Amino acid sequence: MLSVTGLGKSFPGVRALSDVDLTVRAGTVHALVGENGAGKSTLIKVLTGVYRPDAGEVVYDGAPVSFATPLAAQRAGISTIYQEVNLVPLMSVARNLCLGREPRGRLGLIDFRRMHREAAEALERLGLRVDVRRPLRELGVGAQQMVALARAVAVDARVVVMDEPTSSLEPREVATLFRVIRMLRDQGVAVVYVSHRMDELYEICDEVTVLRDGRVVHTGPLAGLDRLRLVSLMLGREIGEVRAEGLTKFSGGHDAESEPVLRATDLTIRHKLRGVSLAVRPGEVVGLGGLLGSGRSETAKAIAGALPTDAGRVAVAGAPVRPGSTAAAIRAGISLLPEDRKAEGIVPGLSVRENIALAALPALSRFGLVDDARIDRIVDTFVKRLRIKTAGPHQRVGELSGGNQQKVLLARWLALHPKVLLLDEPTRGIDVGAKAEVQALIDELADDGLAVLLISSDTEELIEGSDRVVVLKEGVVVSELTGAAVTEDALMRAIAAVPAGGPDD
Amino acid sequence: MTELTFARPSLDRARLLRLLQDYGVYAGVLVLLLFDVAFTPHFLSVENFRTQAVQVAPVLVVALGMALAIGAEGVDLSVGSVMALSTSLISLYLGYGPWIAVLVALAGGIVVGAANGALIAFVGVQPIVATLALMVAGRGVALVLLPQLKDVRDPDMAALGSGAVLGVPYLVLIAAGLALLTAFVMRRTTFGRQVLAIGDSRPAARLAGLPVGRVLVVVYVSCGALAAIAGVLATARLSASDPTSLGTLMELSAITAVVVGGTPLSGGRVRVGGTVAGAVLIQLLTTTLIKHDLPPSWTQIAQAAVIVLAVYAARERGRR
Repeated sequence: MLSVTGLGKSFPGVRALSDVDLTVRAGTVHALVGENGAGKSTLIKVLTGVYRPDAGEVVYDGAPVSFATPLAAQRAGISTIYQEVNLVPLMSVARNLCLGREPRGRLGLIDFRRMHREAAEALERLGLRVDVRRPLRELGVGAQQMVALARAVAVDARVVVMDEPTSSLEPREVATLFRVIRMLRDQGVAVVYVSHRMDELYEICDEVTVLRDGRVVHTGPLAGLDRLRLVSLMLGREIGEVRAEGLTKFSGGHDAESEPVLRATDLTIRHKLRGVSLAVRPGEVVGLGGLLGSGRSETAKAIAGALPTDAGRVAVAGAPVRPGSTAAAIRAGISLLPEDRKAEGIVPGLSVRENIALAALPALSRFGLVDDARIDRIVDTFVKRLRIKTAGPHQRVGELSGGNQQKVLLARWLALHPKVLLLDEPTRGIDVGAKAEVQALIDELADDGLAVLLISSDTEELIEGSDRVVVLKEGVVVSELTGAAVTEDALMRAIAAVPAGGPDD
Repeated sequence: MTELTFARPSLDRARLLRLLQDYGVYAGVLVLLLFDVAFTPHFLSVENFRTQAVQVAPVLVVALGMALAIGAEGVDLSVGSVMALSTSLISLYLGYGPWIAVLVALAGGIVVGAANGALIAFVGVQPIVATLALMVAGRGVALVLLPQLKDVRDPDMAALGSGAVLGVPYLVLIAAGLALLTAFVMRRTTFGRQVLAIGDSRPAARLAGLPVGRVLVVVYVSCGALAAIAGVLATARLSASDPTSLGTLMELSAITAVVVGGTPLSGGRVRVGGTVAGAVLIQLLTTTLIKHDLPPSWTQIAQAAVIVLAVYAARERGRR
């Protein structure tokens, strides 16, 4: 039905896709998987006309096509359901469903009665009963997702692309979604299904294509592929691959005898985390493992008070921390190095000096007046200690390289003398040299008695950097690796394991 | 400003653009001054300079507050209405003595600022919408309090409006003092740094544990208070309270002064010196055109040209 051959797409400085082949047959559900940055989104955007490919061709229904706009792709019968619902929240459900193809009456005006009737029927087919006259935003996210689905199906789509459609759905809604997907499949529609949830893939998909670093590393039927093999393909690590000496700069092994300084209990966020508990001792590096979307970053943010929790407690050295407040978490000694360094970490327009001093300002001033001499001393100390390469303390942080930006952020937190350091992807997007330096630094900090929680998509970094690894899957702690069990092998097995309770818990 | 661009052809473009961003407004003031000295009759007199300075003082004071709001990635449209409210309150409370009246006027500005700040920081309304609401409400309240123009007859207010120390009018001294205070706050205090960090990247500031809500409220309260002071100054100068017209379009003049002064609308930077120069530049431009007998519509066109030029200069900076 839809196939691409030799597809290539580059962005300035990044090669997002190279030589990608993908064939989606009518009447099948095709899984598209890969870790962050593997090129899934780029591929979808090429298929749906958002991007134009640099090389290769897209063949749809037997003829080569080139969609200039998403609308052209939609007209041709390729519908997309994105992770975030892309409908008009203030319009009624029916208007959303029929947007752009409203039934017209005699005078060319919208025939509301017919529109409402048709909309209600379309939703009923998906098992959704709502008042179609109500504005869309009054519906739950799951129901909105179903409206998006109904809209995609209603346009006589022949290919439906779903980008993580279940990320905000309740289990019951997921079941409905799957029923609809099967219905579509039986009608001969080709479905491209993107998800990180292993159980879902095995439940609904017939074929799978694994992307890694913009290339196809595997394609074929899903039934014959075991879970462990799929995980290892996604992560790019071989099963049983053991290295005599690590490539990372971690020494491994910290003293881990004392009482935990950080204790998080039963952290719960609707749709994201369910009862996550973990503890970190001073001088210990605890890794947080799992695939993308398993709740790693959410756990870190919940601990740091940056994400409101529905339930759960966080305590530092026995004292409870007020939830949902970054300021309270920071006062308690918790510092978070966020995943999105550019948007949530650095303040790009301010200087290196201001960025380092930012969080510690109240301590570095008297009666609200900044003590410049003390700031200069601290900035100087950290620039030397962390070997931050900068033209000077007054250079804008936005002009520094990724690795040095990360070091500036580390310095900002270390200036607060934290007890607990949460590092979310500390080495992502920084060059090899800086990566090794940051890794060595993490090691050094743990040796100094800091409790470190490390999140990394780089399995090797996670395994070699951590003394223990807590494995998350769909927002639940599924396993904890300790001592000699901290291996890539064990991590992949834990990620791939079939949940004991079955998918319907 | 165009003269400057042509005067230094040897510099490369990027460098020239940066110079234009940083010093363009000062150069513009200088060029206009030179032009006026050469071509405008009766320009070089103490009396003329005094008039210019007195006229620019209220705009400048409002622009200082506006610079804070814009630096925090916001804007305050209610400043003109706060001036009107301030003049109404003075008129009403003058019976209790000028000091009480001024304090009440200031309190009015602070209340409006606090409402702005609370809407923006805690309710999450966009600054332009929140302050638009108070712009309408503020003017309304001002007119309810004092429906029409009323003369202000008070010796102390008159002294504030026309008195001087060593030939420098009080109004100018107050405006200069407030400008210095604002510069000091932005440069030396924790609050100043926090405003810039919040304006540049609010998620980062929040994750760094900054009291984002509190800082934003203080920003809008300061802006309201400064606008109220401007209202007091304007009332003293005119020796009349006119809530229907005082401060109309003031928000636009203030934004113009701030933007022309090189403070980017995207936040994260506040240039107090530039703001002062921006206000002075607009004032000089208006005077020059009027003194050369050009119709008022020309003044507006010239202002528009200056704004476009300032935005053009700031363009590159926005693209980080």
